[in-house]
Amino acid sequence: MKTLDALGLSCPEPVLLLRAALRERPESCAIRVDNAAARGNCERFFRHEGYEVRVSAGSGGWLLTGERR
Amino acid sequence: MARHRLTEFSAAAGCAAKIGPGVLERVVGALPRPAAPELLVGFDGSDDACVWDLGGGRCLVQTVDFFPPMTDDEALFGRIAAANALSDIWAMGGEPFLALNILAFPACLELSQVSDVLRGAAEVCSRAGVAVAGGHSIQDSGVKYGLCVTGFVPRGRILTNTGALPGDALVLTKALGAGILLTAHRAGLLPDADFDALSRSLTELNMGAKRAAEALHVHACTDVTGFSLLGHAAEMARGVTLRISARALPIFPTAREFAEMGLIPEGAYRNREHVGAKVHFAPEIPLWVEDVMFDPQTSGGLLMALPPREAQALVDALGGAARIIGAAAAAGAYPLEVTN
Repeated sequence: MKTLDALGLSCPEPVLLLRAALRERPESCAIRVDNAAARGNCERFFRHEGYEVRVSAGSGGWLLTGERR
Repeated sequence: MARHRLTEFSAAAGCAAKIGPGVLERVVGALPRPAAPELLVGFDGSDDACVWDLGGGRCLVQTVDFFPPMTDDEALFGRIAAANALSDIWAMGGEPFLALNILAFPACLELSQVSDVLRGAAEVCSRAGVAVAGGHSIQDSGVKYGLCVTGFVPRGRILTNTGALPGDALVLTKALGAGILLTAHRAGLLPDADFDALSRSLTELNMGAKRAAEALHVHACTDVTGFSLLGHAAEMARGVTLRISARALPIFPTAREFAEMGLIPEGAYRNREHVGAKVHFAPEIPLWVEDVMFDPQTSGGLLMALPPREAQALVDALGGAARIIGAAAAAGAYPLEVTN
């Protein structure tokens, strides 16, 4: 599974990274973010694209993992 | 040398750059309050502008507003910044007459780009009968522009954000979702036609709405900007509960798609964090509608509380995006209730 690094990025960049990665419709994909807006926006984008999202808090941010529904 | 884009220096656009309301309260909360009896409206009510009683039934209204660019079109940025800054005077029931520019820009910009910003703003000010009489500019790492605006208001005609009465209808005069559309624009995903419609709304002067409401009994008024519809409605919901009908809201047509894609400005999350506890959402309200209601607006419309019959007449007279979006009721468990 691919893990994207969106640490230090502000909106809309994390969503644009994720958008490019989900274009190929992978089974799963993860993205690391470090601010609440990037987390909320990437959660929304995963769902918009038909992915289930799991969020786990890590050091200084969150790891969002999307599995295709 | 390559020409630089106006927006390449800033992380946030327009009113979405506003400091969160929670932080702002902490910053200004401890400042001394001026004791002058002439100061009728100051810090305390989070109002749009301050009001100073000149005596003889005349008052001075003053505001300052500036932000980073939301578009690379210099003249358009100037026009939006001017419409946004002047709005605070109309929101207080006043008429602006004098303005000063506030400008910061990096040395790498071409001077013609800077003068285009000022020219755009001057056009709007001239349309509103406002004289731009000078200003102050500095070199900075980013672009910022706005105006300090002075107006007059008769003492008996001051409109503040408090005073809504149970039974009043709520009128909103512009469509919501500007912050979301600007984020989509930043991402390069907003179609030109939608950007043009957005630009028309952002440069529309609230002068028309203010003047149309002049003969009516407006009990409370504010403009909806960086703190979002719900943030500004919360300031109005003192002594009353405001019930907003989600279905009645004027919303830019593509805001739903972009909100669901997560193209939501950071300011919307700050607004939700600050004001969310004051809002009761009916369970069937979709997340994207909540996001639109927390979305920081740039140069947003006026939100007015007035008797229902007058509200309908106002909406009919204004046309466009103006809608009755809800009503004020006796204070309930929550200051704000959002129904379907």
